[in-house]
Amino acid sequence: MSDHLPVLVLLAPLFGAIAIGLFGMRDHRVCLPVVLSALVLSLCCAIGIVLKVHAGGTLDYFVAGWKAPRGIGIVLRADAINSPILVVIAIVAILAAVFTVRHAGERDTEKTPHFYILFLLLCVGLFGITITGDAFNVFVLIEVTALTSYGLIAIGGSKRCKVAAFHYLIMGTVGASFYLIGVGYLYLKLGSLNMQDIHTILASNESLADSRAIRTAFVFILVGIWTKMAFFPLHGWLPNAYSYSPSGSAAILAPLVTKVSVYVMVRMMVSVFGLDHLEANVEWGHFVVWLAIIAIAAGSTMALAQREIKKMLCCLIIAEVGYMVGGAWLGDPQRWGLTGTVYHILADALMTSCLFLAAGAFAKWHGAAKLEDLSGLFRKMPLAATGFVVGGLAIIGVPPTCGFYSKFYLIRGAIEAGHWVYVAALLASSLVNAVLFFRIFEIAYFGKNPVESHGHGDDHGHDHESEPVVRREPPLHALIPLLAAAALVILLGLCNGTVVEFIRTGLIETATVVSTGR
Amino acid sequence: MENSVHSYLPLWACLASLAAVPLIVLFRREIFLRELVTFGAGALKFAFVLAMLPIILEGKVIVLTLVDGIGGINVPIAFRVDGLGMLFALVASSLWILTSLYAVGYMRGLHEPSQTRFFAFFALSLCATLGVAFAGNLFTLYLFYEMLSLSTWPLVTHHQDKEARTGGRTYLSYLLGTSIAFALPAILYTYVRSGGEVAFGPEAILAESNLDYWPALALLLAFAFGFSKAGLMPFHSWLPGAMVAPTPVSALLHAVAVVKVGVFCIIRVVTGVFGVDLLGRLGVNDVLAWIAAFTVITSSLIALTQDNLKRRLAFSTIGQLAYIVLGAALITKLSLTGSVLHIAAHAVAKITLFFCAGAIFVATGKKYVSQLAGLGRTMPITMGAFFLGSLGVIGLPPSLGLISKFHLVVGAADAGEIALLCVFLTSTLLNAAYFLPLVWIAFFPKKGSIPAELDRPFSWAGVREAPWACVVPLAITALLSTGLFFCSGFLQELTGQFIKGIGL
Repeated sequence: MSDHLPVLVLLAPLFGAIAIGLFGMRDHRVCLPVVLSALVLSLCCAIGIVLKVHAGGTLDYFVAGWKAPRGIGIVLRADAINSPILVVIAIVAILAAVFTVRHAGERDTEKTPHFYILFLLLCVGLFGITITGDAFNVFVLIEVTALTSYGLIAIGGSKRCKVAAFHYLIMGTVGASFYLIGVGYLYLKLGSLNMQDIHTILASNESLADSRAIRTAFVFILVGIWTKMAFFPLHGWLPNAYSYSPSGSAAILAPLVTKVSVYVMVRMMVSVFGLDHLEANVEWGHFVVWLAIIAIAAGSTMALAQREIKKMLCCLIIAEVGYMVGGAWLGDPQRWGLTGTVYHILADALMTSCLFLAAGAFAKWHGAAKLEDLSGLFRKMPLAATGFVVGGLAIIGVPPTCGFYSKFYLIRGAIEAGHWVYVAALLASSLVNAVLFFRIFEIAYFGKNPVESHGHGDDHGHDHESEPVVRREPPLHALIPLLAAAALVILLGLCNGTVVEFIRTGLIETATVVSTGR
Repeated sequence: MENSVHSYLPLWACLASLAAVPLIVLFRREIFLRELVTFGAGALKFAFVLAMLPIILEGKVIVLTLVDGIGGINVPIAFRVDGLGMLFALVASSLWILTSLYAVGYMRGLHEPSQTRFFAFFALSLCATLGVAFAGNLFTLYLFYEMLSLSTWPLVTHHQDKEARTGGRTYLSYLLGTSIAFALPAILYTYVRSGGEVAFGPEAILAESNLDYWPALALLLAFAFGFSKAGLMPFHSWLPGAMVAPTPVSALLHAVAVVKVGVFCIIRVVTGVFGVDLLGRLGVNDVLAWIAAFTVITSSLIALTQDNLKRRLAFSTIGQLAYIVLGAALITKLSLTGSVLHIAAHAVAKITLFFCAGAIFVATGKKYVSQLAGLGRTMPITMGAFFLGSLGVIGLPPSLGLISKFHLVVGAADAGEIALLCVFLTSTLLNAAYFLPLVWIAFFPKKGSIPAELDRPFSWAGVREAPWACVVPLAITALLSTGLFFCSGFLQELTGQFIKGIGL
């Protein structure tokens, strides 16, 4: 049984989706238990994979035993880079699923099963992209993810949802096609789609690896993935898609889809084309870091201009994608930048999850879409507000949250690579994030218009505590995921050493990292 | 090899007030129980700190690692208690108890709203303060430093009005902004430069590195301005801005905890990150010394012109903090001793002055220096304490301030910096100029400058003091400032342990 863990991660949500399709249409009460049990099973399998990888190194799994790199065999490959990401995907998905529990009364009878089918299929896609060892399967699963995302965004029903989904559809299809063209070049030239094979062939044949076709393939793949991860200036689809989609969809799409795309880029760099090879042959690596700096600056600036909470968070995602792309391309000898990128994939998934859960809860139970609407939040829902504060502090990068440590590794890489502008961009972005979030905290704390300086004493001679504070937290099914996400943000920060040590064993296996330590 | 002991005491001392936070929130309706929790936590915290005192006095160092560092990959979260940290922790935890008592009197006297939030964040910020005092490496220091900035923001903006919002904005943007923009990169640069070593120890972190003059100067200034809680000019404006806070907050946080955390960090950087040898070899400390000297004189001059009593105290604080930085920047044995002692001396003296300012406000509603004439007759205890406190800040006998200032002045002479010695002396005159006339007028007002009904010989019947919960703490701190002049032995011994630890 435990040999089949890699495929079980995928099968659980897949069969869950089928089960909902079969039974959920008739009785909607079936949906949620199926979703949760499927995802919990996936989570257990993902944890099992992490343990196995920790004990015995990389896990290879050949679906149905098709071993030869002939045809399109389905190869799953779990190593220390992607197995923690599997766990985080499962966790974020569970949190989002719990968040979508609705009261029986307000259940949207028609679309509930559709929503959950799409939700589970999205999870299949995300797990699949992460665990597959085949470059073409990545394309297939990117499409699975994308098609379900379009559905999940448009399911909100409003006109803006549909326009946003359509915009996303066009951009997403173009991105996926670029990726497919790149993979096509690779297949024509090398006759293989298996990542490991491609890597072996490229490593053994220097002139082939440096040929124009392979370079073109790499650029196509890179640009395609950049579109998918909303790397500035290919980000146009993201803000509307995530801010107009229903809160339940945004809670899973926003944290995971871009992050998984970043993972694909890292995977392509590390174990398909090979970092050393890229460093030796790609002259424009430096240029990508500059692009990342521009992305960070642009994301932060756009975030400053937003008046809506979700839009602001979306712009922050764009800046965070800049962090990760920049970190991956820093090229410092000890690979701290790349380590920071992989760690930030985990950290950012949890932080974004926390913030989008909070934004969803505020939108639904506080009626807040704009920043100004948040006034009085600390009095009305102190616990939910605390969860939001933790998420915000993580994005700013205050220790001991995981956001601090990912910046720590990224900046460490940048200093060792001597890329000072990237350091400055990260710090400036932290400062902007501090402004953004404290602007919100201030509104939530002071109220819309703070009272004019009140005299002390008589005219204000009553203690607020003596009168009942109108306190109405969001219901537990929304509050618990939010607080769990906040707790995980801190936990991941405290355990950063263990996690990073684990990730680095993976980086050492797949890429030649000079040494582990300092 | 230094003599280190493994003990959980620093952790318990930190957690004592952290654990109080949920209890305070829980008992928000039972005001008596809520206050009891605060005092209980304060006593417990002080007891834990006291329990560590004998160990430190023996010349040992307490170490405790909370989160392990793994093979140069990450940095541990660790505590390390030495003489400097111990002295600071003693000051902060003992004054917290007095401030809590004062706060109860002040907040109830003025019927302030949201007292539960106030006491909860107060306890949280004390946890952060002790965390800084006990921090065993630069990252732990930074962690608690930021925690202190964030947890004091609700205290500064307590009144939740427009003025509070402006003050709060200035407060956070200065403290958080400089720490992210300067201190964080400085820490990371140190980390990379030292090969992944950021733990404080008998050896300074960068002692072995071959830093050149300009990088070292940039790094030192990044630290000095990055820890802007120390109020070095030009990053000082948050301190007067933060005076919108209720007076107990100003008293403990802006005369003791927050600002002292700033100078504490700078002393740590000078002695623990660069090391006295490296600084002396490169000579970059002169720049820091002159920045501090400029701050000393300028802030004292500004203080002279302030009519709002709390703002005058704030500018005086900026000047006194710069004394401490200046003493550290001189890097002689005596000046460093003076610096460390001045943390304690200024803390007890300045907290007295703030308590007095608050007591005057509670009793009479007055907050301007020009309104204080004749107040010595109605509030003799408060104004008497004010006098003792101002002696401490000026550095006149009998007060602990004299001892620390004496060390600073002799240290400057020792370093051969006659110009800086003159700065100390000029500033002392200025300190006297902005405090003593105020006390004089309070006790001996000019004829006709006060209403006739107040202009009568002193009698106890005419005394209108603030509530006893306000008066008792300020009397105690005033007596402490004086009493420590006579028995400063253990403070000097703690400082001596610290100085010995850094190899001077």
